[in-house]
Amino acid sequence: MGEHVIKLPDVGEGVAEAELVEWHVKIGDLVREDAVLAAVMTDKATVEIPSPVDGEILWLGAEIGDTVPVGSPIVRIKVAGEGGVAATEAEKPSGVQGTPTPDPSPQGGGEQPSIAVSKSDTSKAGKETAKAPTGSPSPLGGGARGAAATIGLPRPEGERPLASPAVRLRAKEAGIDLRQVSGTGPAGRITHDDLDGFAARGSAVPTAGLLARTEVEEIKVIGLRRRIAEKMALAKSRIPHITYVEEIDVTALEELRAKLNASKKPDRPKLTLLPFLMRALVKAVAEQPQLNAIYDDDAGVIQRHAGVHIGMAAQTPGGLMVPVVRHAEARDIWDCAGEVNRLAEAAKAGTATREELTGSTITITSLGAMGGVATTPVINYPEVAIVGVNKIMIRPMWDGTQFVPRKMMNLSSSFDHRVIDGWDAAVFVQRLKALLEAPAMIFVEG
Amino acid sequence: MKEISCKLLVIGAGPGGYICAIRAGQLGVDTVIVEAVKPGGTCLNVGCIPSKAMIHAADEYLKVSEMAGGTSPLGISLSAPALDLAKTVAWKDRIVGRLTTGVAGLLKKAKVKSVQGWARFRDGKTVEVETETGLQVIRAETIVIATGSAPVELPFLPFGGAVISSTEALALKQVPQALAVVGGGYIGLELGTAFAKLGAKVTVVEALPRILPQYDAELTRPVAKRLEALGVKVLTGAKAKGLSAKGDALLVEAADGGEQKIVADKVLVTVGRKPLVDGWGLEEIDLDRDGRFIRIDEQCRTSMRGIYAIGDVTGEPMLAHRAMAQGEMVAEIVAGHKRSWDKRSIPAVCFTDPEVVTAGLSPDEAKALGIEIKSSQFPFSANGRAMTLLGEDGFVRIVARADNHLVLGIQAVGTGVSELSAAFGLAIEMGARLEDIAGTIHAHPTQGEAFLEAALRTLGHALHI
Repeated sequence: MGEHVIKLPDVGEGVAEAELVEWHVKIGDLVREDAVLAAVMTDKATVEIPSPVDGEILWLGAEIGDTVPVGSPIVRIKVAGEGGVAATEAEKPSGVQGTPTPDPSPQGGGEQPSIAVSKSDTSKAGKETAKAPTGSPSPLGGGARGAAATIGLPRPEGERPLASPAVRLRAKEAGIDLRQVSGTGPAGRITHDDLDGFAARGSAVPTAGLLARTEVEEIKVIGLRRRIAEKMALAKSRIPHITYVEEIDVTALEELRAKLNASKKPDRPKLTLLPFLMRALVKAVAEQPQLNAIYDDDAGVIQRHAGVHIGMAAQTPGGLMVPVVRHAEARDIWDCAGEVNRLAEAAKAGTATREELTGSTITITSLGAMGGVATTPVINYPEVAIVGVNKIMIRPMWDGTQFVPRKMMNLSSSFDHRVIDGWDAAVFVQRLKALLEAPAMIFVEG
Repeated sequence: MKEISCKLLVIGAGPGGYICAIRAGQLGVDTVIVEAVKPGGTCLNVGCIPSKAMIHAADEYLKVSEMAGGTSPLGISLSAPALDLAKTVAWKDRIVGRLTTGVAGLLKKAKVKSVQGWARFRDGKTVEVETETGLQVIRAETIVIATGSAPVELPFLPFGGAVISSTEALALKQVPQALAVVGGGYIGLELGTAFAKLGAKVTVVEALPRILPQYDAELTRPVAKRLEALGVKVLTGAKAKGLSAKGDALLVEAADGGEQKIVADKVLVTVGRKPLVDGWGLEEIDLDRDGRFIRIDEQCRTSMRGIYAIGDVTGEPMLAHRAMAQGEMVAEIVAGHKRSWDKRSIPAVCFTDPEVVTAGLSPDEAKALGIEIKSSQFPFSANGRAMTLLGEDGFVRIVARADNHLVLGIQAVGTGVSELSAAFGLAIEMGARLEDIAGTIHAHPTQGEAFLEAALRTLGHALHI
């Protein structure tokens, strides 16, 4: 019987390891070629790992949340069919290559991991196979991992719930119909924990008076959430932030924006405030290049970038992501708008590539309608500045003789106080204010 | 006429009834139990326990006989043994006596009131008992019918004289020279084998095409082989017709239609057991029936409120441990707990030579339910402990779902495998997968290792075969 060992592929330049964020299969599943087996995450890009063969999943080599070195085995697949070509082939090279060791170090030399990142690579992926090590599948670990994939899976119609007598007794006494409870154990077995979970959710029967609740739900911080947590902690622990809030009168800008949107060509994207801010940012950093920079604090070097690569913090179903509009200095307002839309879609759909999610030199953060009056943005480490957009509100402003309604928006911007002085920060924000309040200046050269 | 009232009345102190009463007593339920004969019912008095005692005695006798005959591979020889069956029966009776006394003591300890006599329903809340001291009327809120079962009698072979039931077979004072056993089910084969070992010439007459028809042929093959080695003649597809005119032989219509005469000084009729539904006033309460049995639901409730039924009177499988589990459950229901029948398997043991154990579904049963299965067996011929016990015949077989490896059934045939029933039952009740059994260390050297190996083999990587 042939066996395919699938190793974690090289999922990106300079990436030595990736975090396993999702299993699409469990042990015992039959998979077709190209079916997605798992998803791994590097930095902020998620890469799906397809199966190079048809077969049955024998073994899964990592738990969700595990960090897996590139080149270490993550799945073993039994090639379907006895004595078939695949199986025969499988036996031959094993004598030469020997049994795979669980050594997690990346594959050396020219040996290709047996897995392709994308379909196009599948063909060239070596049909590397290996004989099952003696006593092969690890049923204990495998069971637990297999179970992870079955969480919440409903039982097929008419199938009796699987539970130990002690669990059944507890359910009976608590008046819980086990058919309603999904099992997370091996083969969908309902565990005591499953019952506890169900009881906690199902006990929302209103009773007289207020009830003290003592249940604690534990949620493993994995994947994107873990990346965000690490990045935020890094930024806040290393960077002494200075945050500067200024109000901007965007009445003129909003009028201009409305007119441009009303008269735009149909193939052009609708303009939001963001492309204007991006263009203003390009102008402002041209005068203050120290703000469009990366501070490598370990090396003690500031890298001032000529290109303005603007990260735009975006909320996605998975959490905060920061796709990057590259070379904003070379894009006009429409181009900026188009790129913003495209990246926002990609980030929300989870299809943004690693390149689209890295390499920013300065970042804009906006909560849109939820923007509030002021925020204290956290710098996108290792950058040195972040501009936060607050909500546009019509406020009464004193024009010298009377109060007039004006569209006002605050900008809350944070700076790395190690390398940016408060004075420079203020100058920068005032420059943005001047540009945004007289938007014609954004489009005037010089 | 005396009258008493109680919360719970249990009719019949067999395994189901006495367990029900003890548990109810433990839970503080005011309980009365009525038994016409002795506590323990069929099981303790004339069934499981005495038959196992006789089977053990027969095994021991055969062993020493073989040693005396110089055929023992163990190299032990001795002079010819002698058997005093009356003493054997007396030993068996002492065991039974200790157990029935023990049950009486347990009932007393649980503060259950025992009434001896034959009970009869007057109505759904009232039972009258004919005791030695007169008529006792018992009024109860809840009544549990645990009247059990009795051997089936064949009209053309009525019990009496040479025709005996298992009850009489266990009390014979002499080993019959020639014994005809009508019915090749587990009772007939257990006792037939024991008498063959004790020196009787045994013939088994079974109407169906093979012995132990409730099991598959694979499981029963080692038993058939052993019967042959013991000199037991097995006539399958044969029908008993009655006694010969002189009463010294059994007339049989053989499979080919020809008539045979089997000389026998005793004819043991073991063609099954029937629920005991007569003579205690079932007609007064008119309960719904399920064939000959009393119909029950998943809480052992009958069609009449406040009346429960447990054990053999409620249907197959007629096994003591089923009755016990039902009795315990009903006691807890009566005490106000929420319970219902949710057992995954009722293991069954057949104390033939070699023994047969089943728990859960056989491969054929699983397939009949449309389940895709994986199944393998591990033979005791590859098990070291079995070799040292001269018990290489037989195997352990596991049936599991192909998709998630959930164990659906476990069967075994082999010397002493009855004790493996505990592991089998636990595995199924806990919802074990093949990997759970394969991942459990089984002590070496034991026959239980065959269970581990059967799981490994079903997973495709047995180690010792």
